[in-house]
Amino acid sequence: MSNTKKMSISDIFGKLFRNQIFVPIAAMLILLIFNLIADPSFFRITLGYNSAGNPVLSGYLMTVLDCGSELAILAIGMTLVTAASGGQDISVGAGIAIAGSALLRVLCGNNTRPETLNAPIIVAFLVSVLVAMCFGAFNGCLVAFFKIQPMVATLILYTAGRSIAAWINNNELPIVSDATFSYIGGFIPGIPIPTPFFIAAACLLIIALVLKFTNLGLYTQAVGINESSSRLNGLNPTFIKWLSFVILGICVAVAALIKVSRLSSINYSVIAKDIEMDAILAVALGGNALSGGKFNMWASVMGAFVIQLLTTTLYKFNVQSDALPAYKAVVVILLVVFSSPVVREKMAQISKKMKSRKEAA
Amino acid sequence: MKKKVLAMLLASAMVFGLTACGSSAADTAEAPAATEEAATEETAEAPAAEETAEAPAASGDLIKVGIINNDPNESGYRTANDKDLKATFCEANGYDASFAYSLKNDEQITAAQKFIQDGVDYLLLSAADTSGWDSVLKDAQDAGIRVILFDRTIDADPSLYEASIVSDMAFEGENTVKWLESQGLDEYNIIHIQGVMGSAAQKGRSGALDAKVAENDNWNIVTQQTAEWNAETAQQIVQSVIDAGTPFNVIYAENDDMAKGAVAALDKANISHGVGKDVIIIGFDCNKWALQELLDQNWNFDQQCNPFQSSYINDVIQTLESGGTIAEKTIVMDEKGFDATTITAEDVEKYGI
Amino acid sequence: MKDNAVLELHNIHKSFPGVKALNGVEFTLRKGEIHALMGENGAGKSTLIKVLTGVYTKDEGEILLEGHEGPVSIKSPQDAQHVGISTVYQEITLCPNLSVAENMYIGRSDDILQNWKKMNEGAGKMLESLDIPAKPTQQLGTCSIAVQQMVAIARAVDMDCKVLILDEPTSSLDDQEVQKLFKLMRDLKERGVGIIFVTHFLDQVYEVCDRITVLRDGKFEGEYEIKDLPRVELVSKMLGKELDDLSDIKGDSEVKVISDGDIPVFEVQGLSSTSGIKPFDFHIGKGEVNGFTGLLGSGRSECVRAIFGADKVISGKVIKNGKEIKIQKPIDAMKNGIGYLPEDRKIDGIVGDLSVKDNIILALQVMKGFFKPFTKAEAYAFADEYIKLLGIKTASADTPIKSLSGGNQQKCILARWLLTHPDYLILDEPTRGIDVGTKVDIQKLVLKLASEGMSITFISSETDEMLRTCSRMVVMRDRKVVGELSGDDLNQTKIMSTIAGGEA
Repeated sequence: MSNTKKMSISDIFGKLFRNQIFVPIAAMLILLIFNLIADPSFFRITLGYNSAGNPVLSGYLMTVLDCGSELAILAIGMTLVTAASGGQDISVGAGIAIAGSALLRVLCGNNTRPETLNAPIIVAFLVSVLVAMCFGAFNGCLVAFFKIQPMVATLILYTAGRSIAAWINNNELPIVSDATFSYIGGFIPGIPIPTPFFIAAACLLIIALVLKFTNLGLYTQAVGINESSSRLNGLNPTFIKWLSFVILGICVAVAALIKVSRLSSINYSVIAKDIEMDAILAVALGGNALSGGKFNMWASVMGAFVIQLLTTTLYKFNVQSDALPAYKAVVVILLVVFSSPVVREKMAQISKKMKSRKEAA
Repeated sequence: MKKKVLAMLLASAMVFGLTACGSSAADTAEAPAATEEAATEETAEAPAAEETAEAPAASGDLIKVGIINNDPNESGYRTANDKDLKATFCEANGYDASFAYSLKNDEQITAAQKFIQDGVDYLLLSAADTSGWDSVLKDAQDAGIRVILFDRTIDADPSLYEASIVSDMAFEGENTVKWLESQGLDEYNIIHIQGVMGSAAQKGRSGALDAKVAENDNWNIVTQQTAEWNAETAQQIVQSVIDAGTPFNVIYAENDDMAKGAVAALDKANISHGVGKDVIIIGFDCNKWALQELLDQNWNFDQQCNPFQSSYINDVIQTLESGGTIAEKTIVMDEKGFDATTITAEDVEKYGI
Repeated sequence: MKDNAVLELHNIHKSFPGVKALNGVEFTLRKGEIHALMGENGAGKSTLIKVLTGVYTKDEGEILLEGHEGPVSIKSPQDAQHVGISTVYQEITLCPNLSVAENMYIGRSDDILQNWKKMNEGAGKMLESLDIPAKPTQQLGTCSIAVQQMVAIARAVDMDCKVLILDEPTSSLDDQEVQKLFKLMRDLKERGVGIIFVTHFLDQVYEVCDRITVLRDGKFEGEYEIKDLPRVELVSKMLGKELDDLSDIKGDSEVKVISDGDIPVFEVQGLSSTSGIKPFDFHIGKGEVNGFTGLLGSGRSECVRAIFGADKVISGKVIKNGKEIKIQKPIDAMKNGIGYLPEDRKIDGIVGDLSVKDNIILALQVMKGFFKPFTKAEAYAFADEYIKLLGIKTASADTPIKSLSGGNQQKCILARWLLTHPDYLILDEPTRGIDVGTKVDIQKLVLKLASEGMSITFISSETDEMLRTCSRMVVMRDRKVVGELSGDDLNQTKIMSTIAGGEA
């Protein structure tokens, strides 16, 4: 390595191309640059006051951080489930309906429009976490113990979940009038940054600590890559797969808390509709193999924010309603193709060729 | 796009999913006791109650009706609709009613065949799909069973059914636009939040506004997006307009949920809304909580989409039982629009769903 | 091109990130010869074959083929097939759920509509002419591995190949099957097919081959007529150094046999598992090396799997130092100081996408516990220590293990278990599919570990190897222990006769 200096630039590019997180970061940069050129006001952030008189920061970037939070939280759990089981949970949207419904049920009791809260928010949240973990455990059982394909196993809750959510509240639509509850999905008085962003950051911090101070990452990947070998190394693949679904359950409950708080209410049939597809997409955009195995959590989280950035950009440019899905599809296809290992390997090769040409010159 | 493709894949897989989990949605079953109780309690409130209470049980025999509806969990509208039907078609009013729920046409057809075998007197139907009903309705006719459609029409020969009781979505749109026009603003800068594209409600409610905007220069659409009936998506759409700094003074949301989402975005940006404020808020469906917002003057207008068809159906049945004929096959229900300046607390109770 | 040559490779280069896999390799294959391609693991045999079959594209060099003007370019396996180069890999790459005939014709027909009758007839003729005991309509999966192998060769021959590459075809065959395969190879040779034969079995090379090309560290070492190259010389060419004679090993360390008074470190009584082995007894003392022997499928792997808890145990007990212990799953065995290097490296051993480092620390990490991960520094220290100790050839500790050669993968798995410092190490076929040099290394290591007090069970399908290392051998037949040999009884004839079941 005598010519370290010469190699460095193209080497760094080569490494970048091969690194998983490159694709979501590049996608984000491209979208940001596109916005910068098309309309720099995209980056404007202004400090204002909401109707309750509290300071709030607003602007497109804040919207991305705010609205992308739930997806980022779900991406954490979905990444683990994907890595361990080699499949995806398609019932997270329905799961959010259930967890949200349970949350409101505890908060409101039998009265659908209570003046005061029936229980502290934290208690209601813990109950909803418990409920969501139970449903996660149910999915996990089907996948880990009965070896049912994850998509098929979670199809059950995908179909039945929203009915269960409605049943929890006797088909009523409770509305919470307590202001503190709305802080969770909105702003805490005095803090101008949206609360969901803090919650997402906290979740990311927790998972970062968990990955650092436990073997969750190593075990999950080992099981996802080679189940039989993992077992012979003393791991319990069944338990680890099951665990990943339970963790996703916790993520679902946190996302549900934010979603329900945003409007202090719930609509069982449309809340978090199709969010499972976005969560899976976030994992794929992060360059993680949907067939399981190695994963990069941060790439998935970046993927989640890329999706939100894309959505916000499309809203900003006022794309026609019926054309919106088409635009989104085109961008998504491009992103997914670019994040595929085949293309990444090709790009690394090209940069290598450029390097050798430079050396020859 | 990706969502649609996936949704289609899922839908095809769902047939399996449903059989696997034995979801109650597919079952042809009596309503659970709990709901029935709730329904009875509500009877006093249901607008149909006053009329139907007088209806005598014709000859001491109960009239057997089979009711095929969509899943009551589908929406607040459907929940109210189901409650209303249950309240009217009860033994006290001289009916022996059986219910079947499904969002799928084939399951509904199976339920209809079962009702025909059971020998019901009337078959009440809110079809999931418009097509595929000809042969089963022919069977009903041959068996001497009379069919009444409610809420949704189907593509079948009108001779196969006695009456069709529907909402006129186009009327709802026109009525709302008429009200908006009567506000006499100098300029209308409208955020138009649409429902799921292509649904009957979306087409009817968008149509009237689109036409009006095309005709008048002082009516402008600031943005027109579908939020797919979803409150949060509506919030994001309005947020986007606020972030862009484009001025607007009307939010025309095609259902109450989306109006609620839009208002959340306004609150965040401290933009005033409601009677005499900066932005006019319009919703549809008349949820009870939405009418409450009107009463509090936070919103300006809400257009009803009437889920209470049971009194109309009851009238038709009574007429037929007493040997009369139905003059007009298609019966369009009365649907009111509520203005925040004139709405009363009684209206909220009576019309809220 | 040289006289009679069907294939010539000149100055082939191929690099991967961090590794120069091929560095100026020469190779010539003549008409109607069987040509052995020899070299240690990582010498570049697999890479060369993949270049030849279009799986990899070469960086430099040229490939000449009989009947083609100038160099040919092979960019994909389809290209290779097209110019008449066919390959039969170690792992069967056919479809077990299709019929024999379908497997022979799949992906070859230009017609969209297959003529089934014609296809079956053609396949039948080909099978008959090659004397392969299979029916065209038989489902491939129901044939033995050897027959499947032969079907794969028949498929290649039927495609009018001029060059047939056999990559480790014999590693999962028994002796009889190997002989059948050799007969087939000789038949093809008569027909003028040039065969490249890659194997680790020296005996087989000397039995069937005409010439040998030796590669070492990606470089061309030389081409030799078989009669000019004695075995010892071949081995030293492959290793690049004079080899201490294999037979020396046993001399250096006299194997220990436990005396009757000692309590065995591990003892097993009446153990049987769901895999179908009959209940068996077994014991091993401190510093002892013993082995299980028997034909393929005789149950030798199943025995050790039962001890390790890899299969579900249904009866019997395990006793450690006189005390009964419960082993229901692998982690129980690991916590009691047992390590197990499984027979099938790919399926049960490596965790392919994980790095060498993670693969090495995996077992110890699992034993240490979920909430106590090693720090990065600790993990790298362990990995580097064992990479050095066992001489694992890898670009770095972060390289995914699947990109290492078979022998080096095996060393990583060995490192994984050595790192746990087990009292009792079970090695199931640790030398399968790896080169002579590594084999010797592993045998030496086994004896060294035993001399330090580790108890080791060593299983190998090469009896020589076991004789060199084990002081006692348990003989199995039909999933049953049929004898135990030690001392003077421990010789080839006695083992054979015990396996065969006749009293010697």
